[in-house]
Amino acid sequence: MSSNPASSSGGPGSTDPSAVRRNSKRPKYSKFTQQELPACKPILTPRWVISAFMVVSIVFIPIGVASLFASRDVVEIVDRYDGECINGTKTEKIRHIQGPGNKACTRTLTVTKHMKAPIYIYYQLDNFYQNHRRYVKSRSDQQLRHRGSADATSDCRPEDTANGKPIVPCGLIAWSLFNDTYSFAVSNRNLTVNKKEISWKSDRDHKFGKDVFPSNFQSGGLIGGASLNESIPLSEQEDLIVWMRTAALPTFRKLYGRIEQDLQPNDVINVVVMNNYNTYSFNGKKMLVLSTTSWLGGKNDFLGIAYLTVGGLCFFLAMLFTIIYLVKPRRLGDPSYLSWNRNPGGR
Amino acid sequence: MEGRRRKRDVLLSKLYSFACIKTHFNEDHSQIGQRGYARVVHCNDPDNPEAIQLNYTRNYVSTTKYTAVNFIPKSLFEQFRRVANLYFLVVACVSFSPLAPYTAVSIAFPLAVVILATMAKEAVEDWSRKKQDIEANNRRAELFDVKNKRFIETKWKELRVGDIVKVYKDEYFPADLLFLSSNYEDGICYVETSNLDGETNLKLKHALEATSRFQDESSLFHFKAVTKCEDPNENLYSFVGTLYCNEVQYPLSLQQLLLRDSKLRNTDYVYGVVIFTGHDTKVMQNAMNPPSKRSGIEKRLDKIIYILFSFLILIAFIGSVFFGIMTKKDIDTGKLRRWYLRPDKAAVFYDPRRASLAAFLHLLTDLMLYGYLIPISLYISIEIVKVLQCIFINQDRHMYYEETDRPAHARTSNLNEELGQVHTILSDKTGTLTCNSMEFVKCSIAGTSYGKGMTEVEIALARRQGRSIAFSELDEVGDNLTSDRSVKGFNFKDERLTNGRWVNEPHSDMIQKFFRVLAICHTVIPDVHEETGHLSYEASQMRQKPSYEAESPDEAAFVIAARELGFEFFKRTQTSIYLHELDRETGQMVDRVYELLHVLEFSSSRKRMSVIVRNQENKLLLLCKGADSVMLERLSEEGRLFEAETMAHIKKYAEAGLRTLILAYRNLNEEEFTVWQEEFQNAKTSVSTDRDLLVNAAAEKIEKDLILLGATAVEDKLQKGVPDCIQKLSLAGIRIWVLTGDKIETAINVGYACSLLRQGMKLIVISLDTPEIILEEKRGDKEAIAKASLECVKKQICDAQSQIDSAKGSSNEFGLIIDGKSLAFALDKNLEINFLKLATGCDSVICCRSSPKQKALVARLVKTGGKTTLAIGDGANDVGMIQEASIGVAITGVEGMQAAMSSDVNIAQFRFLERLLLLHGHWFYRRISLMICYYFYKNITFGLTLFWFETHSSFSAQPAYNDWYMSSYNVFFTALPVIALGYPYLYSEGILNILYSWPRILGWMFNGMISSIIIFFLTTSCLKDQAFRSNGQVVDFAVLATTMYSCVVWSVNCQMALSINHFTWIQHIFIWGSIVLWYIFLFIYGSLTPTFSKTAYMVLVEVCAPSPVYWIIIVVVVFSTLLPYFAYRAIQLRFWPMPHDIAQVKQYEEGTNSQW
Repeated sequence: MSSNPASSSGGPGSTDPSAVRRNSKRPKYSKFTQQELPACKPILTPRWVISAFMVVSIVFIPIGVASLFASRDVVEIVDRYDGECINGTKTEKIRHIQGPGNKACTRTLTVTKHMKAPIYIYYQLDNFYQNHRRYVKSRSDQQLRHRGSADATSDCRPEDTANGKPIVPCGLIAWSLFNDTYSFAVSNRNLTVNKKEISWKSDRDHKFGKDVFPSNFQSGGLIGGASLNESIPLSEQEDLIVWMRTAALPTFRKLYGRIEQDLQPNDVINVVVMNNYNTYSFNGKKMLVLSTTSWLGGKNDFLGIAYLTVGGLCFFLAMLFTIIYLVKPRRLGDPSYLSWNRNPGGR
Repeated sequence: MEGRRRKRDVLLSKLYSFACIKTHFNEDHSQIGQRGYARVVHCNDPDNPEAIQLNYTRNYVSTTKYTAVNFIPKSLFEQFRRVANLYFLVVACVSFSPLAPYTAVSIAFPLAVVILATMAKEAVEDWSRKKQDIEANNRRAELFDVKNKRFIETKWKELRVGDIVKVYKDEYFPADLLFLSSNYEDGICYVETSNLDGETNLKLKHALEATSRFQDESSLFHFKAVTKCEDPNENLYSFVGTLYCNEVQYPLSLQQLLLRDSKLRNTDYVYGVVIFTGHDTKVMQNAMNPPSKRSGIEKRLDKIIYILFSFLILIAFIGSVFFGIMTKKDIDTGKLRRWYLRPDKAAVFYDPRRASLAAFLHLLTDLMLYGYLIPISLYISIEIVKVLQCIFINQDRHMYYEETDRPAHARTSNLNEELGQVHTILSDKTGTLTCNSMEFVKCSIAGTSYGKGMTEVEIALARRQGRSIAFSELDEVGDNLTSDRSVKGFNFKDERLTNGRWVNEPHSDMIQKFFRVLAICHTVIPDVHEETGHLSYEASQMRQKPSYEAESPDEAAFVIAARELGFEFFKRTQTSIYLHELDRETGQMVDRVYELLHVLEFSSSRKRMSVIVRNQENKLLLLCKGADSVMLERLSEEGRLFEAETMAHIKKYAEAGLRTLILAYRNLNEEEFTVWQEEFQNAKTSVSTDRDLLVNAAAEKIEKDLILLGATAVEDKLQKGVPDCIQKLSLAGIRIWVLTGDKIETAINVGYACSLLRQGMKLIVISLDTPEIILEEKRGDKEAIAKASLECVKKQICDAQSQIDSAKGSSNEFGLIIDGKSLAFALDKNLEINFLKLATGCDSVICCRSSPKQKALVARLVKTGGKTTLAIGDGANDVGMIQEASIGVAITGVEGMQAAMSSDVNIAQFRFLERLLLLHGHWFYRRISLMICYYFYKNITFGLTLFWFETHSSFSAQPAYNDWYMSSYNVFFTALPVIALGYPYLYSEGILNILYSWPRILGWMFNGMISSIIIFFLTTSCLKDQAFRSNGQVVDFAVLATTMYSCVVWSVNCQMALSINHFTWIQHIFIWGSIVLWYIFLFIYGSLTPTFSKTAYMVLVEVCAPSPVYWIIIVVVVFSTLLPYFAYRAIQLRFWPMPHDIAQVKQYEEGTNSQW
């Protein structure tokens, strides 16, 4: 357009090629902006699909079997005692549990298989909503940790103060501390229950103060659960620490202690339960659980079954796809399968 | 001296008979001083107290969206207009109340991140606008200092209304100026307005006679006047004002107004008074933001968000009903049921005695809790991806055009995903498919056709007819494409005429006249190089050939052709045209002067242009060129000697895709001219409203009895790669419509040349050239014609439709060609549906002889079909179409900026459209659709686990996760991979919109639901009540939450990895990096003090990481969540593969084949 500069926007210098070069707006080259980065493009070819399914099943089935074995190795004794310890209608039960009478109750458990120490003692509650928002929030971490923060009870209402003084530890969780106790005997010989180190180490060290002592606890109108020994610092009140690690689900177990000796098959354990805790109001069950552990923890077949199911499903799918591809092989990159090639004119 | 000048002025203003409309008062001027016409300008006296009182704005402009002051409130306002953001704002506010299920900071934080990121983007964008403003505001201007009687340099922004400025050649006008005088004595100047309206031709402006004598500083000093004129408005084509000078009133019109941002050309300098400044100028009043178009995806996005909102409300409602029931039961006839919650002393939120109120308040809490269903960071992620995509388009070296040094430029980032969904392309022809650089290739003189070059259209034509083309011919054409042409605009090869050999031709006198017409009958201005200065013939031997500034490329081509063939036009004064021409007898170059008496300018209604000149032999000549349709009827009997041959040639040229014009001349005798001139003069000076008609009629009286000389044919070359590009686009299933001003025959041939029409395609032609209509037209009853035409078009459309219907099932392709007249009827309300149906049934559509308005109407019509349309054009006449279409693309280059200013994307060449649509558009479409689907997937997965957890916590709205896990989910652990989505290669999915269809969206949502169920029930079942590690400790809330959350993070990121099919290091980093980031976060957050980290304290280090169960659960959960999608894809790939699957496999197979 040099003959017609009216139509070209360039100034007088624009015809000079070097000027063009100099002021070039040519984009700079980089692999990123030109979208030329090296890339791998996995494609779901039949072989790929089948081998993926096969690999998953080959890996999953052994894991499943191993988990199942681990779970089967665990010996677990579960005893529900809430109904057995008190008889009568719901109202009677509630009246009894709230009354001052003797609540001791004896249970007899028989060991079915050899139980290797340590044997863990749990109590299990059911239909108990430790995960209720009101309940979860009703605690004061600051108060639990620092001696000087006894007044930090704003989150604890209504269990924040009693008789005008702050409650330590405050809040609904601490107030409703589980207070059933168990004592065990095998053939009239008492089993010692080790209640040390049943809580989390980080809780003992960092969340519950070594210099914080319970005070003014369970002194209000309504007594919730257990009382605390005011001479022991919170960091050593392990039952409280365990209890205050709230459970995620309404059915939960909590560690009560350890029996540090093996139990033989057919050993008969006599348990004296102090049945203090009121689960009758809300129809909650109470259970006592004795369990050993494996490398995977306690007894739960579900994990193994899940692995076996997924592995089996993948195996099944692998077989299915193999059959499909064998019976009706098809070249994938065949453009005749494109929709517009397949039905011209919308037939 | 003064008298002489005055005399010449009169003469001069006569010359530009049409352009120079003598200004006169009309009814508009009576409105001066009234509402809308109240502006008062004290010329040359800005310090006048009255002027100061008027307080007009300075010449400072700001095109930024924000200012430093209003940035924060305004951008915040913009942000919160989005319904999702507003929701989050409300949530953040409410979260400071006890209703909130989590701490206020944890909800405010992600919102703040998102809002700040978006604001940062806005700020960066606005800053670049600001920089442009600063540049414009600080340009130099020369301001007349009244006190010192001299011009001083100042900045544009300093100018005030009433100032006198001096503007030099090739400078932009700093404001709207009242034109006072120029270096031309007669007070004219030339301006180029391409920045305003895209027209590149020079426009002539006239100063008032009263002011044109102010030629220097001393006389300007005495200039004092008051101008009253209309208020600022956006109308570029009107201006009404009155100048009060020395107690005389002068009417002002657009002729005296120099608009800001137009450019002074061919004039050394002008003086002007600032009338409108800054934002009052016409161009700024015109500067609107391009119409904000919303992409279809964005619209659907809103719908999806509404669906999610309804879902959110639904589950919140369910939750609160259950909560109410359970709360009510907590006190049972005075007895406490769940005594550990102390229902007897509960605050209102949990009070069993006011359970319904508690339930209502709980609804609000739930609405906040399940807010995680709404993807808070979706908008910002989309914005980021859009900006990235713009960068990719702007930086694409394959879309950079070396010749004009222009890369592609995406002006709005809004519409990029639409580029992947284009269904119909509406294209202009001239300048879009073609280069818009005219080349003189053929001519027919005295019945002989000259010019041997073969056009691309001719080659296509020959191919179509099965003729083999001699290799040499092809080679020649190929040469033209590649080799440097010696002269631009001239591609005429015929040794009979070149190098002065035309004198030996049989009708050499005709040939001489023919080229004289070309050299004289035009409005071209030669570019005079001052340094080579003197224009005698001897000097001109030494200097370069003159270059020309023409209104249109066609005119330039004519003048260049005349120059190349020995009729060099080298100087134009107001009264004469100077040529060097080859004398027929002597064979010598001689200078000849033609006195220019009248120019009867070209207009679209006249379709011709004439000049009346007096040659050196004192003979009067009328030289005329025009379209064949108007010229033939003006030929005299004796002038039709070669009519038949010429018409045959014209037909041939038109078929070859060339633009043709007929040239003719006539000798005038003095008496006739004098009589006519008087009549013409009267017509011109008449003040009645039909003045233009009178002038036209007068002009017509002299343009008759012409003698035919011949015809010209210029070629507008197809741009490089156009046929290829069109073919690929139509292979991709895109329909292409070309809207052109050409005749049907030309259009069809061009259609073949650019492979818009292909061999074996059935052509359907709708036109009104039927005998009945012609008959009606002869009768002249307008209503009857309209009625008959409508019927005729209707019938043709119906016939064509049935033709297409009957051909259904066969693989026939159809091409529809419709002419402008028929189109006008086809766009009738009653017919347009039928027409649209017919047109969409055809593969290619060509609309011939269509006006700019029709183009816009067609664009609107196609858009009403609900399909994404793309309009591409280069000129001001395409602006309507570009704005109307879903996406407007402008070809930048030859024509002005008007199209580029109103478009969404600018590219330099038509062929780049292929890459823009098939590559960028498609990639982006894939990215954004997958991204949105995935967003919903991951949020549903996450949000629903919260809900499943609620079912196990008596719907108390206890969040399953730690507050900070939740708030970081959307902004950290899952946001980045979405941005790094992959890219493969096919298009039709976009048109069918299958990647973003409701089934797909709902499918992903369903997948999200399944994933959430799998994650929740697998983790809770695996981590039930048993010990989860060998020291006997059981799972608590923190461990379960962390495990579940880890599963969510793993699952959604792996799902992303599974669903993209293109991994670069970016994808790897973002996907796996997100998972790693989660663990880093957990580690750091978990080692902070427990007052801050709460339940997350040491959870990873002490509990989760050392426990095998944690890892085993993650593996099984992740594979289970991936399984449904993987199986679905495998089955789909086997039975119903998607186009991109096939392409990818194909690519892969080809890749492996070539490797082995």
